[in-house]
Amino acid sequence: MHLRLELREHTPLWLNLALPFSAVLATLVLCSGLVALADANVIDAYSKLFLSAVSSRFNMVETFVKAAPLILTGLAVTVAFKAKFWNIGAEGQLLAGAMGAAFVGGIESLPTFSLVPLMIIFSAVCGACWALLPAVLRTRFKVDDVVTTLLLNFVIFYIMTALLDGPWKDPLSGYPDSPDIRMDAEFPILLRATRLHLGVLLSLVAAPLVWLLIRRTTLGFSISVVGENPEAAAYGGIPITRVLIYTALISGALAGLAGAGEVGGLHFQVMAGISPGYGYTGIVIAMLARLNPLGVVPAALFFAIVVTGAEAMSRATGVPVFLADVIQGTALVTMLIAQLFSTYRVRTHLSASE
Amino acid sequence: MDEILSQIFHIGFFAALIRIATPFILATIGELFAERSGVLNLGIEGIMLFGAMSGFTMAYFSNSLWLGVLAAMLTGMLMAILMGFLTVSLGLSQHVSGIGVTLLSTGFAFFFYRLIFGQPSTPPNIKAFTPVGIPVLMDIPWVGPVLFQQAALTYLALLLVPLSAFLLFQTPWGLNLRTVGENPHAADSAGVNVSAMRYQGLMISGALMGAAGAFLVMVQFNAFTFGVISGRGWVCIALVVFGQWGPWKSAAGALLFALIDALQLRLQASSAINLPYQVFLMMPFVLTIVTMTLVSRNARAPSALLKPFRKEER
Amino acid sequence: MSDSDLLLSMRGVCKSFGVVQANQQVDLLLKAGDILGLLGENGAGKTTLMNILFGTYQADQGSISIQGQPVEIHSSADALELGVGMVHQHFHLVPRHTVLENLMLGRPGKGGRLDQTGARDRLEEIGKHYGLKLNPDAIVSELTIGEQQRLEIIKALFRKAKILILDEPTAVLTPKESEGLFSALRALADGGMGIIFITHKLYEVREVTNRVVVMRGGAVTAVVEDPRAVTEGSLAQMMCGHELTPPEKTTSQLRDPLLKLSGISTRIPNRPFLKDVDMVVHGGEILGIAGVSGNGQRELADVIAGILPPSEGKIEVKGNTITQSSPRKMQKLKIGRIPEDRMTTGLVTTLPLFSSMVLPWINHPNFSRLGILRLKAIREFTEAMISRFGIRAIGPEVRTGTLSGGNLQKALLARELAFDPEVLLASQPTRGLDVAAADFVHRKFLELREAGAAIILISEDLEELFTLSDRIMVMYEGCVHGEQNIADASVEKIGLMMAGAEAA
Repeated sequence: MHLRLELREHTPLWLNLALPFSAVLATLVLCSGLVALADANVIDAYSKLFLSAVSSRFNMVETFVKAAPLILTGLAVTVAFKAKFWNIGAEGQLLAGAMGAAFVGGIESLPTFSLVPLMIIFSAVCGACWALLPAVLRTRFKVDDVVTTLLLNFVIFYIMTALLDGPWKDPLSGYPDSPDIRMDAEFPILLRATRLHLGVLLSLVAAPLVWLLIRRTTLGFSISVVGENPEAAAYGGIPITRVLIYTALISGALAGLAGAGEVGGLHFQVMAGISPGYGYTGIVIAMLARLNPLGVVPAALFFAIVVTGAEAMSRATGVPVFLADVIQGTALVTMLIAQLFSTYRVRTHLSASE
Repeated sequence: MDEILSQIFHIGFFAALIRIATPFILATIGELFAERSGVLNLGIEGIMLFGAMSGFTMAYFSNSLWLGVLAAMLTGMLMAILMGFLTVSLGLSQHVSGIGVTLLSTGFAFFFYRLIFGQPSTPPNIKAFTPVGIPVLMDIPWVGPVLFQQAALTYLALLLVPLSAFLLFQTPWGLNLRTVGENPHAADSAGVNVSAMRYQGLMISGALMGAAGAFLVMVQFNAFTFGVISGRGWVCIALVVFGQWGPWKSAAGALLFALIDALQLRLQASSAINLPYQVFLMMPFVLTIVTMTLVSRNARAPSALLKPFRKEER
Repeated sequence: MSDSDLLLSMRGVCKSFGVVQANQQVDLLLKAGDILGLLGENGAGKTTLMNILFGTYQADQGSISIQGQPVEIHSSADALELGVGMVHQHFHLVPRHTVLENLMLGRPGKGGRLDQTGARDRLEEIGKHYGLKLNPDAIVSELTIGEQQRLEIIKALFRKAKILILDEPTAVLTPKESEGLFSALRALADGGMGIIFITHKLYEVREVTNRVVVMRGGAVTAVVEDPRAVTEGSLAQMMCGHELTPPEKTTSQLRDPLLKLSGISTRIPNRPFLKDVDMVVHGGEILGIAGVSGNGQRELADVIAGILPPSEGKIEVKGNTITQSSPRKMQKLKIGRIPEDRMTTGLVTTLPLFSSMVLPWINHPNFSRLGILRLKAIREFTEAMISRFGIRAIGPEVRTGTLSGGNLQKALLARELAFDPEVLLASQPTRGLDVAAADFVHRKFLELREAGAAIILISEDLEELFTLSDRIMVMYEGCVHGEQNIADASVEKIGLMMAGAEAA
């Protein structure tokens, strides 16, 4: 017996919706084994994992706050992967954006009204620049983008910590953190008595905008074609190098914006732990969303719940908090398998003699 | 300046260089077997970490370092089989599958370590491998202390280089493996089982990556930390390109890289150069990117790398 | 004839792919010393049948016996074990490996190592015995196509094949190289092998085979015991079910030159170089370009389409010199292109059909304004093309790759003709198509010619070139090796030029 794949004429909508859900379900079932291994009650652990996020109005808002950077890195990866530009560097681009935002937010001479918009713009520019490098290396020198984007994550992390240890160290606290940004540079809070800041709104607006970009513009069309078949794109007159560069810039800018939100809306400074791997989670989110920008929002919310809920679950049941990491890895793998079913009809094929 | 140089280039430095190179040689050769069969194993970073964790755990509880190495290799193989299932059996994207395997392995390593050891105030440690001198050879001046007073795993890594060159280029198995990575249709029509060869390439890669992780916790450090790999796996991917998919050149690349790494450690320690230590930590990664830029254009990767093989595709 | 006297008997073989019946109740018998012609159009089921014999596919029904023994062939390894060797249309060689390495592939070694000396000896022995000689240490990518094919045959002999299958072996050869192949095959058959020769070329069947099995629509329609005794016309009728009537070619008036290349050279590593190519095409003519594949035709097409920048030389379109050519610029100048390989360079198999259909036209004001797509117009355009060209597809949303080869080619043709090209560049436009689909393509070309466009037809099918072209230009090693008006041209002359002989 072996597998045979038949290309589907088209994928029905219900299947597109059902696949991520089945992948998540499969993930939870698989990971329940680990929960049991940790001597915890599966139902108990999972209810702590998921319910703490919705247990109060504050927590629900907080889930959106947590999801904001994930939505943006998820979108960054979505755009990049559409073009098969393997940007594993959303993490680094986020750091670049965070540093850019914190830098602008600390400039005393800037007029108050311009601070927030400039932070947003500058963070996007920083993220885009950091993504431009691997794109240029790939298009000009054929350097594998996976490796460069990954290595650049380390490079920018060390640049950042070197700055935080040296010239950018907060003289007041003496910790290796940057000084706080100006009060006027803090993102406005949209809902009283919560942390729902402008950055969250930004991420929620970004998702439909990226959807429009991919589905309704010639650039988006070119991105898809370059990703699916670069040779046909070249023959059809699509300038591949330019499309890849644009893709990288957009992807990096989105990741950079995630950094702005974290600095302007939450931490008001840069510190070494500003991103607990948002860039990598973004990959899982993008895949779970099947590279559909609108799907990124629920996928990011799901992981925001998992990541925050893991703490509560760990405290209550003793299951290591790293269950969240295993869930991310498993979800990526199960979704990857599920995706096979959306493009192909999978037939197990029995030959006559068997 | 002379002082710095003499401070750096003494026998101890070169002995350290060989030691630092060992995990790179192991994992790079491992990656090479996978890529020669046509599969880019991006699971490397996570597999090394998971291997380090399981090797450490086994060594900690069994008091046998070799059992630890064995456990690390088996763990690596297991994750490589998962990689094979995704990329060979199902023909999914090697890029995304590899990242998936890395994320999953990393998650496993963290989860199980915390589950087994909890959060102790001082991290548990093991008695590391000690150098084993090879009689007679170790007494050769200069060469002896550098090459022949190393940990047993280092000898194995060094022997691995000629061994894999022999396997790849002198045996029928090696020819089949290389052909599967160049033109799987040719291999298939000559009666070679393409999937089996790719699984074998991957399993060897996983075992060696696991061993590389084990080396780090059992020789270099004697405890497991979450940051024990910190990018070493990704560097190995670059080393394979640098080594043009050949064992000798890849091992040479690993040595060159170890030289840079050993240098930055020395420079960090020496007070002569006043730079933030992060600059030194960053250096290997920057240099890797620079080398990749120089060699990638003319790189001749196996022709079928990244391409799934589906038999009935017409 | 009982089965035990036969080298091979396949009986009642059935195989279907999804809804397509590729083989229905096929019987095929082969004796030692036979050169059996397996004749049929593209899609008649010849290759499927042979892939079943070689273990690539498994039959749904039917039995196979070799030398009277019923056998089951699950893989190519089984087939090789039973003495069945196959030379595929696309060679299964490793270009970077040596001749010897290709021969030793999949073979057991000696004492755990590769058996280099043994392989060398065998190669020499085969060279002596059948006159098939090759340098064992040559790198395959440096061999000519003819030599590579010889290596494929040697590979089969190396494994002591008794039955040798060749799938359209002459498609890549010059007429002279084909002659060499035929005599080698005769020598092998005289030595007691059985050879199955898959082809759709009628004269070859009469030239080299001693028995012919004709297939149509997946079934055997005729078995001819003495092919020299029947005419090509009747063979054609058996193959197609009707007489071949080539499309009527009217005399068309030659107009102004539309495209002119002078002194074009290219230097792209790992690809054939073009050397000082001069070429002119006028409106209302079809310029055929003949040549054995890999002699620069593809590079020439890439230069004209703006994909490959020439290192030297001048391109003129309608009298204007083009500097800095790009695919987009050439499209704007109304140069359309049907690329050689529709699946990889033409269409995007995983995207919906409408994406593939507007790929080159995406910036056309009909389909986008200010960078925003006009999806409705794109869908309507695709629907219009589906109905106008009779493309069998359920709608514009269908995934491109699910269409059949003929329909994919129609889609590509529809796309390139949509905005009235003045120059159409077509590479191997009918490769892999059945006769009806090929005929459709040919008629469209002639219509276009009558409308005053210039067509550059790159083909390895001499019959196609002779039916359509007004002029034939031959490419050899990156140069224009000669040119003849169709009235003066003959297959012999063109064939000689393709092999590098000077034009008479």
